[in-house]
Amino acid sequence: MGGYTLVTRIRHIPSKILLPLLSRISRHGLRPHAGRALFFTPALVLLVLLVIYPVLQTIFLGFYLELPGGQRQFTGLDNYRAVLTDPATINVGNLPWPPPLGTLIHNALWIVIHLPISLFAGLWLALLLQETKGASVVKSCIFLGMVTPMIVGGVILRFLLEAGVGVVPSFFGVIGVRSLAVNWMVHRELLLLGLILGSVWLWTGFSLIVYSAGLTTIPKDYFEAARVDGTPPGRMFFRITFPLLKPLTLVIVVMTILWELKIFDIVVAATNFGGGVGADTLALQVYRFFFYDSNAGKAAVVASLLTLLTLISTSLILRRMAK
Amino acid sequence: MMKWSFRKLRLRTIAVHLIAWSIALAWLVPFLGVFSTAVRPVSEITNGWWNFDRLNPSLNNFILAFTNPVLPLSRAYANSFLIAVPATLIPIFVATLAGYGFSRFRFPMRDYLFLSIVLLMSIPQQMIAIPVFKIMLDLNLYDNLLSIILIHSAWGLPWIILFMRNFTRALPLEVEEAARVDGAGDFKIFSKIVIPMAVPALASAAVLQFMWAWNDYFFALILLPTQANWPVTRVVTSIGSGALTTDWGILSAASILTMLVPLVLYVVTQRYYIRGMIGWTIKG
Repeated sequence: MGGYTLVTRIRHIPSKILLPLLSRISRHGLRPHAGRALFFTPALVLLVLLVIYPVLQTIFLGFYLELPGGQRQFTGLDNYRAVLTDPATINVGNLPWPPPLGTLIHNALWIVIHLPISLFAGLWLALLLQETKGASVVKSCIFLGMVTPMIVGGVILRFLLEAGVGVVPSFFGVIGVRSLAVNWMVHRELLLLGLILGSVWLWTGFSLIVYSAGLTTIPKDYFEAARVDGTPPGRMFFRITFPLLKPLTLVIVVMTILWELKIFDIVVAATNFGGGVGADTLALQVYRFFFYDSNAGKAAVVASLLTLLTLISTSLILRRMAK
Repeated sequence: MMKWSFRKLRLRTIAVHLIAWSIALAWLVPFLGVFSTAVRPVSEITNGWWNFDRLNPSLNNFILAFTNPVLPLSRAYANSFLIAVPATLIPIFVATLAGYGFSRFRFPMRDYLFLSIVLLMSIPQQMIAIPVFKIMLDLNLYDNLLSIILIHSAWGLPWIILFMRNFTRALPLEVEEAARVDGAGDFKIFSKIVIPMAVPALASAAVLQFMWAWNDYFFALILLPTQANWPVTRVVTSIGSGALTTDWGILSAASILTMLVPLVLYVVTQRYYIRGMIGWTIKG
């Protein structure tokens, strides 16, 4: 009985969609709104040909082995197994330290270190600048990192960390910290950390600008009322400011994670393609597998895994953005 | 008691300003370093660019970078503009049409289609790299500026569609309805009413898309192997780099020249840039 209703229900779905559509067309005719398709056609053609088809093709490639002569052989999950057991992805032997720890771990470290620092630095600065004269100038200075092409950002990080020109090793030399007064670009432990911490300089402007805009939307009365009640500033922050900024915090967290997952230019420019893989990221690994090793299957797998991670992150705010 | 708290308040104000302004200054140090290196001969910075014992500033490094016989930045500049200008205009036009359509027209599965397009925004460039590389080879567009213009145009669509859809949705419907009553069709309403009202949003989208295309490195890396076709972002990673040494003077000058265009654009259009950035991340 239940099976019967289920079947009829399923069979009714097409008619549920089709019938109203057909009746609308017969009532109004196709013509009045047919031109509306032209609003979407150019965008859909470009997206399907150059984005959607390539994405599907990449997913597909991950399940195949490319043989010489342009032939393909279905290999199931072999490429996935090969990638996930490759020390280039997760270097079990070196865990927990020192690098190279594998691209997946490097990206994870990027998120664990860079996300909280740049997020809270931006929030703290936004609060500080609320009571500062000339705040817009300070903001512009910090926002410069966001305007800088990431490839130039990478060059500048190298400029800061390399022995000789680098202000960072010289600084530690002056204050007498010998272990850090070295060429950060050739010490693997320092290279990865230097790039991660250095990119805080490039990205903090983002959370600063977003939080600053968010702070202006909080009605002044809230703080006035709290002040009249004698609420201490710390409590005001945790009871009023931070809860009201929560939706923005989520947006910043997601956008920052996306940025960290996609790190490519900075590492390429700073290390000239990886500096012996000590600072490799997933995005760089895709390039390496395809263009250096001519292994489209493994490159496609890394790209697919990376995309999966970005989609999971985006799903947290998708509803908000498309509301 | 009163006096004391007043003084405390003043001390706090001074401290806040001191901290804020030192942070701004600290943030500029790397840029100042690059600038100091770019305007001086290499011999002067051997003791660090922060050492000003000898100071003979000149534009020599900029000229050397611009006229470099192997990798002339002048050529790269032209390429970057030839890529970024059409790679801004095409997607803005295409995406505004679609964004308006999504905001005003009703049709089955509309919201699912829209959400799918928005999802494409988060995908990394590497996800399309291999097939795009092959498609461009097949189309005979590999190593041709047209390939990268096309790919930027498609790649920029999802966020501009989202941005323009959210903007046009907030426009008052009454004007459009009045025009419809007067017998105006969809395209007439779009071009005569919506576009003029959308100019600020179009400006925001154009600034961000131009910067995105100008700053791009990855697509240029996989699609443009010949040096004569390189945009500035590719030249800057190769210029001044010898087998063992780096000519930091030329590299610094090239870095400044590379970021100069986005920087000037940001300063001139700051209002639109920030609004675009914030609208694109915050407004739902």
